[in-house]
Amino acid sequence: MQRFSPRAPQPATTMNTPQYPSAYASKKKRTEQIVFFLFRLLSGAVALSLLGILGFIIVKGFSVLSWDFLTLPPTDGMTSGGILPAIVGTLCLMAGSACFAFPIGIMSGIYMNEYARKGKLVRFIRMMTNNLAGIPSIVFGLFGMALFVNYLSFGDSILAGSLTLGLLALPIVIRTTEEALKDIPDAYREGSLALGATKAQTIWHVILPMAMPRVITGLILSLGRVSGETAPILFTCAAYFLPKLPESLFDQCMALPYHLYVVSTSGTDLEAQQPIAYGTALVLIIIVLLINLLANSLRKYFSNKIKTK
Amino acid sequence: MSKLDVKNVNFYYGDFHALKNIDMQVEEKNVVAFIGPSGCGKSTFLRLLNRMNDLIPGARLTGEIRIDGENIYDRSVRIDNLRKNVGMVFQRPNPFPKSIFENVAYGLRVNGIKDKDFIESRVEETLRGAALWDEVKDKLKKSAFALSGGQQQRLCIARAMAVSPSILLMDEPASALDPISTGKVEELICDLSNKTTIIIVTHNMQQAARVSSKTAFFYMGELIEFNDTKRLFTNPEKQTTQNYITGRFG
Amino acid sequence: MNLKQFCEVAMRRILTVSGFTTSIVILLIITFLFAEAAGLFRNKVVEEGYTLAVNRENPVENLSAEQIKLIFDEEITNWKQIGGIDCPIATFRLEQLTELYTEEELGENYERAGDCIAEQVEGQRGMIAFVPTDLVKDQEGIRLLEERNIKAGDVLLGDEWFPTATPSPLFGILPLVSGTLWVTFFAILIALPFGLAVAIYLSEVADERIRQVLKPVIELLNGIPSVVLGFFGLAVVVPFLQQTFDLPVGETGLAGSLILALMALPTIITVGEDAMRSCPVTMREASLALGASRWQTIYKVVVPYSISGITSGVVLGIGRAVGETMAVLMVTGNAAVMPHSILEPLRTIPATIAAELGEAPAGGAHYQSLFLLGVILFFITFFINLCVEYISSRNKR
Repeated sequence: MQRFSPRAPQPATTMNTPQYPSAYASKKKRTEQIVFFLFRLLSGAVALSLLGILGFIIVKGFSVLSWDFLTLPPTDGMTSGGILPAIVGTLCLMAGSACFAFPIGIMSGIYMNEYARKGKLVRFIRMMTNNLAGIPSIVFGLFGMALFVNYLSFGDSILAGSLTLGLLALPIVIRTTEEALKDIPDAYREGSLALGATKAQTIWHVILPMAMPRVITGLILSLGRVSGETAPILFTCAAYFLPKLPESLFDQCMALPYHLYVVSTSGTDLEAQQPIAYGTALVLIIIVLLINLLANSLRKYFSNKIKTK
Repeated sequence: MSKLDVKNVNFYYGDFHALKNIDMQVEEKNVVAFIGPSGCGKSTFLRLLNRMNDLIPGARLTGEIRIDGENIYDRSVRIDNLRKNVGMVFQRPNPFPKSIFENVAYGLRVNGIKDKDFIESRVEETLRGAALWDEVKDKLKKSAFALSGGQQQRLCIARAMAVSPSILLMDEPASALDPISTGKVEELICDLSNKTTIIIVTHNMQQAARVSSKTAFFYMGELIEFNDTKRLFTNPEKQTTQNYITGRFG
Repeated sequence: MNLKQFCEVAMRRILTVSGFTTSIVILLIITFLFAEAAGLFRNKVVEEGYTLAVNRENPVENLSAEQIKLIFDEEITNWKQIGGIDCPIATFRLEQLTELYTEEELGENYERAGDCIAEQVEGQRGMIAFVPTDLVKDQEGIRLLEERNIKAGDVLLGDEWFPTATPSPLFGILPLVSGTLWVTFFAILIALPFGLAVAIYLSEVADERIRQVLKPVIELLNGIPSVVLGFFGLAVVVPFLQQTFDLPVGETGLAGSLILALMALPTIITVGEDAMRSCPVTMREASLALGASRWQTIYKVVVPYSISGITSGVVLGIGRAVGETMAVLMVTGNAAVMPHSILEPLRTIPATIAAELGEAPAGGAHYQSLFLLGVILFFITFFINLCVEYISSRNKR
């Protein structure tokens, strides 16, 4: 039990102890209070402006909302009637893009996390996926028009619109799937493989069920994005005014966001269309709120479930 | 008057009673080691001495902790001034993402010192004090992340010493280091004990024995025994201490 | 080979193919956008199917799009201004034919229209006629001007966007590019202080309860469709700006910037907050333990540590603002002129595409020019993404 003896005294550097300015601590405190107050103020402003937007649309749109509004087609040059075809159109587009983007996106996510060799290739694919996510929606619109509408001659149709919107949703689905899979510890994979299961069986029976809650949350959020997009369907699908409901994949359809754009910027009588616009905006907001709520509660539900396991 | 005077301290995290009735007096320019199994409360206690636990939600303290006779949990105490006076070195080296020079100068700057010449001489002096000057004098402008782990930890000690604290708290400062670096840090602790009071938490009983003059043994949130290091390791008063130092648990 | 193995191999193949979907899509986007956009430069400066005819004695060989426009706008009135002979310019358009000739003289199906045009052009030394090529290609006594292709320089550096002008449409994209830059710049200028403040507040200052409320609110803001924000802008922001600044119209660049700022905020906030939360606790504690205040710790340690993440957030926010279409289309007033002030109407690249693609005939020069805008937009955002990639890869090291 030996102790170090303190070393020989150091070469005599003058021991200069810091002399702290006495008022500095209170100055620091004051700066901090001011800055934090500013942060609170700005954060409050952001929250308030959002609530203001929501409140404004809810208040103005609430009186328009009625059963008839939701179940009748627009009439009198879109100055009265309801928005049924737009609701149905948006639902069709959501369903169509889901059919396309969900399977491919999930498979792509699985490939990236489970199959692709880590390294340059995965980095490249991930970069491409990120790039796709960053491409403006109007460019998707241009591309959808060139490829689906003209080159493959689907024409302006639900099919072309759904595919275009699907491309937009793809990166979101891929990313959330990949992240959900990444969080599953390798021990589960090894455990299953050690029992003689193939890789495909392992993924199907063990990994996917575990990742599903988070994957589903991602899918729902991507649907939210799809429901609100206008630019990609401007030239691939959306109809200005089409009171009948779509009958096949090759029909045009109305869509809520495009309808809102139309009734608020063009048309026969902007004044008279105003209530319709508020109503449509409210319906869109409600869809977004529902989707967010659903995603959040799913997230909570599943995380509680995992904890209690 | 003792440098540090702790009276009847109880500390709670929510419902958890983390520290029970701690009493302790520490004299100036002394090295005190806290030992005990993990979760015994030694680190928690250390962090009470510079009010590092203040930010934890649901934390509650009763009793008194006095440094130089002043209750550090009194309302009138400026927390920045307290921490300026009570330095701290952490388990893992945690230099800031800044140059070596700026790391050491940081504490002076945030406490309002603007005189460049003074800062320069003070940085050199503390780096010399930390036996690091010769290794880094040519790369003061380089990022602190470029140093080795042991050098980083000595830099962190220099950083804490630059503000000239009268107490230096060390939370297992060598646990993430290799034996050679550990040796250097221990040597440094002994040097620094001329200038300041040092309280060190350690897992390693040999280390406690090597560097400290007094040792406190914590167990299950209680201060079991506080005594001269030699006495505690050779002839402990309590059975629990005996069990611990002879390796029956922990 | 048994079924199990077969499944294994099939699954691997299918997954591999779908793994490359995004890369293939990007490739397809580049191909299709480029194919259409490149066509623009194979177009003549004069509208397709038309030509410019001049008197035989006129020595001028060819004219640029700019010159043609000025001539027909009667801003250039003498040939010598563009290096020709000293002779006043007279312009002639097809519509004038019916004013000068009777239906009999022109023939039932305009079969003699060509002769009539030739007669006019021959008769006047300074005349330039904008007429269908079919009518005049065999006429003697007149000369057809050589036709230039649209030049890349005129498009990329041209400061007039007038794609429906006759006889020669102008595709200068500078007004649109600068419109986009102005709106984006001001949007980020507005969003930055708010975004950083909220990010720091959420990550460093707010207690857990407030965080639990504020986070979902920000996420919600991210989810609001851009057309709804555009509508809100139209209903509230535009009239407000018009009143406050006493403007002739409220649809201005500033209105667009305000709405875009709202849309860029969630990106800046969430990415910035994540970055700051990743700053190790020990780093904060080390700073606090030296007597730094919380604010000093934030701006001297936490922000420098997470600066690359914060930058990524801001750059992504810029990307979002650059590419945003609907909201901007609705509130900026869409005047395709070089902007002089943020309080004037202006027009961005995405808004131009959205507003004009519906009217541009497929395959025409106008249609192709819009695809060129798409290519430019694609590259801007591609570049932005590469920046983000670079910043975050540097961060990991």
